[in-house]
Amino acid sequence: MTAEAGEPKRTPLFGRHVSLGAKMTEFGGWQMPLSYRGILEEHRSVRTKAGLFDVSHMGEIAVRGPGAGELCQRLTTNDVARLSDGGVQYTILCDENGGVIDDVTLYRRFEEEYFFCVNAANAAKDFAWIASHAGAVVVEDVSAETALLSLQGPAAEAVLSRAALLDLAALPRFRFLCADIEGYSVTISRTGYTGEDGFEIFVESSRAPALWDRLMEEGQAFGLVPVGLGARDTLRLEAALPLYGHELSSSTTPLEAGLDRFVRFDAGDFIGRARLLEQKRTGCRRRLVGLVLVERGVARHGYAVVVRGAVAGEVTSGGWSPTLGRSIALAYLDTAALGEEEEVEVLVPQGWAKAKLVSLPFYRREGRSRKP
Amino acid sequence: MKIPDELRYTEEHEWVRVADDEATVGITDYAQSELGDVVFVELPKMDRELKRGDQLASVESVKAVSEVYAPVSGRVTAVNTDLVERPELLNQSPYEEGWMARMKLSDPSELGSLMSAAQYAELVAQEKGRK
Repeated sequence: MTAEAGEPKRTPLFGRHVSLGAKMTEFGGWQMPLSYRGILEEHRSVRTKAGLFDVSHMGEIAVRGPGAGELCQRLTTNDVARLSDGGVQYTILCDENGGVIDDVTLYRRFEEEYFFCVNAANAAKDFAWIASHAGAVVVEDVSAETALLSLQGPAAEAVLSRAALLDLAALPRFRFLCADIEGYSVTISRTGYTGEDGFEIFVESSRAPALWDRLMEEGQAFGLVPVGLGARDTLRLEAALPLYGHELSSSTTPLEAGLDRFVRFDAGDFIGRARLLEQKRTGCRRRLVGLVLVERGVARHGYAVVVRGAVAGEVTSGGWSPTLGRSIALAYLDTAALGEEEEVEVLVPQGWAKAKLVSLPFYRREGRSRKP
Repeated sequence: MKIPDELRYTEEHEWVRVADDEATVGITDYAQSELGDVVFVELPKMDRELKRGDQLASVESVKAVSEVYAPVSGRVTAVNTDLVERPELLNQSPYEEGWMARMKLSDPSELGSLMSAAQYAELVAQEKGRK
């Protein structure tokens, strides 16, 4: 669904959130649930059992017709040729300067039929960008008629398999399929934004409340709880997944953000390729690092980071990690100022707090490498 | 939403319990519920002299950092060090185990400007109505 200026929009599940007593917040032009029973509790439920998110604010843009694949390749940094029917990839829309317009997932339904799932706040901008390059390819914003639920956590597979009467163990990560749940069609994608196993389920807006109810009912025995944007943020931060407007913007490149593996220079030409190739050759002047505070305090967006007494960058996302029991942060640091240093300081409201550099992600679920 | 009758309140959602010339201070049930899960509390130093409205403490929740202001002027005579290890006490028991500091009042006349439970309940109702 996409937002326009003015009053914040409501998803088809707004009524469910209100009756569950959710605290609401505005995000990307939408009125969204921040939390239902507490961010920590919701976070832990996703890590240990399962959580259900309404992410219907996300936008969906369909691209179809002859030349659809070529268009997608020209607009994105990843290798579209690696997608077969039913495949999904995380990818990036860049401008000519290599700046990030949006980070998105790209779905290939058929050879000439794709769709993008895009960030709510960028949906109108993305649509205009894609349409302006489309030529004869049909580009359609299907956000308004599409709702998106995300079911995440170790029990997600069991819950959704029961609700959809399908054995979803056979669906690998970054693959999707179409199915029927109680007579209406859904698109089930094994993707997410939490660092856990899980699914994102696209459904026609009018069916979203029925799907929500069905999943909540089926999930009861598995400890499924509704989860708001508060825990969505702490979960994605632990998994070091970037958030547009924080780690990504038109003034950052995917290489600075450490997204090199989603930039395929060998995939053919794409907008921004020349600038990114040049940056790859000359090196990034700043890079995204992971920090764990070793002193008391919580690092948050915008806080200054100091290396050997001089400001070397700032925190783009920071907060409390329920899993680590410490404050964690992503920060852009000047590569020259950082050097080989592994200890930095973050200016928190209580003073300077020491932090150490750690490899990302902060959290990786067990057994992940064994998954297909 | 608990708002005990015997306490006094500020517009910034602190509560005060007075016994003789000493005030125990904390944040209200409404404040803790708005903050959400508290993960870290920075308490004032003992013997610090504070004026009403000075920063008394800071509370970090998962969502945000918030300042707690001294509801009255005075000297800090005790701090609740249990909150260092168990910040969740602020959520679980804001008026009892989650107290933050005790202060020796330097100007007891300030107490007259604090809100009663009924006045505070009205303020909370207004704030909720704006949401």
